[in-house]
Amino acid sequence: MAPAGPSATIPDETTLLARMQAGDDDAFEACARAYCGRLLVVARRILQNEEDARDAVQDALLSAFKGIAGFQGQSRLGTWLHRIVVNAALGRLRSRRRHPERSIEELLPHFGEDEHQIDPPTPWKATSERIVQQQESCEVVRRCVSQLPEIYRTVLLLRDIEELDTEETARILDTSPGVVKTRLHRARQALRSLLDPYFREGEV
Amino acid sequence: MNCREFTEFLHEYLGGNLPAEELAEFEKHLAECPWCVAYLDSYRKTIQLERAALAAPEDAPPPADAPEELVQAILRARPRAS
Repeated sequence: MAPAGPSATIPDETTLLARMQAGDDDAFEACARAYCGRLLVVARRILQNEEDARDAVQDALLSAFKGIAGFQGQSRLGTWLHRIVVNAALGRLRSRRRHPERSIEELLPHFGEDEHQIDPPTPWKATSERIVQQQESCEVVRRCVSQLPEIYRTVLLLRDIEELDTEETARILDTSPGVVKTRLHRARQALRSLLDPYFREGEV
Repeated sequence: MNCREFTEFLHEYLGGNLPAEELAEFEKHLAECPWCVAYLDSYRKTIQLERAALAAPEDAPPPADAPEELVQAILRARPRAS
């Protein structure tokens, strides 16, 4: 769902881009109006704070406007803006004062001497489309995601939700693809542990 | 393959990146271990739930409904060509 897709509210990209590159004020306004809302959704997901998210969108759009002359149209305008806002949000995330975080270790599976999990996994309820879409389930899942340590939550968002590939995620986070893979796996394992009490069979 | 190795290989398995030999061992373990069947199933459901919950923008304004004050702030801050 990541990059801003075409919609009735987005003017023709090629024309819009050409007008912005020609310095047309109305085109910049049209671009801000067309993309601001969807970029804000991305920034909110990463920053979990409305004020920071708005600042990140503002930084991102201003930076995009400044660099618009150099944008060659290698990707769609929406995709380019999406990447810029992800970077702006991550920059803010890094500079934000860090809170003490829960260790990921306690949320990963633990094994006994026989190499079986100490707390054997229990089957989960069927997750039908209806259950997955339920407001209540979604709230539980969002709450659990927000409990993940930040470096794991960030990788989970970039890979699973913003749909960046491993290499691009590694580049943005200034780390290696191997680290991204490990963090994503751990993030999912930890999230699974957090969700387990809510979704195991027999729970309401 | 034991349960510990199973969980380590899980990510590559779901990505379709396990070499044939490890894949055979992974599937052999899966056929024998109900705990790992449950773990794999819940891991998959975790991804499904997480994607549905986060991609469904609970508080997302429709794209055209960007906060006006934010749009104005951006337009005011944009340097104009002289």
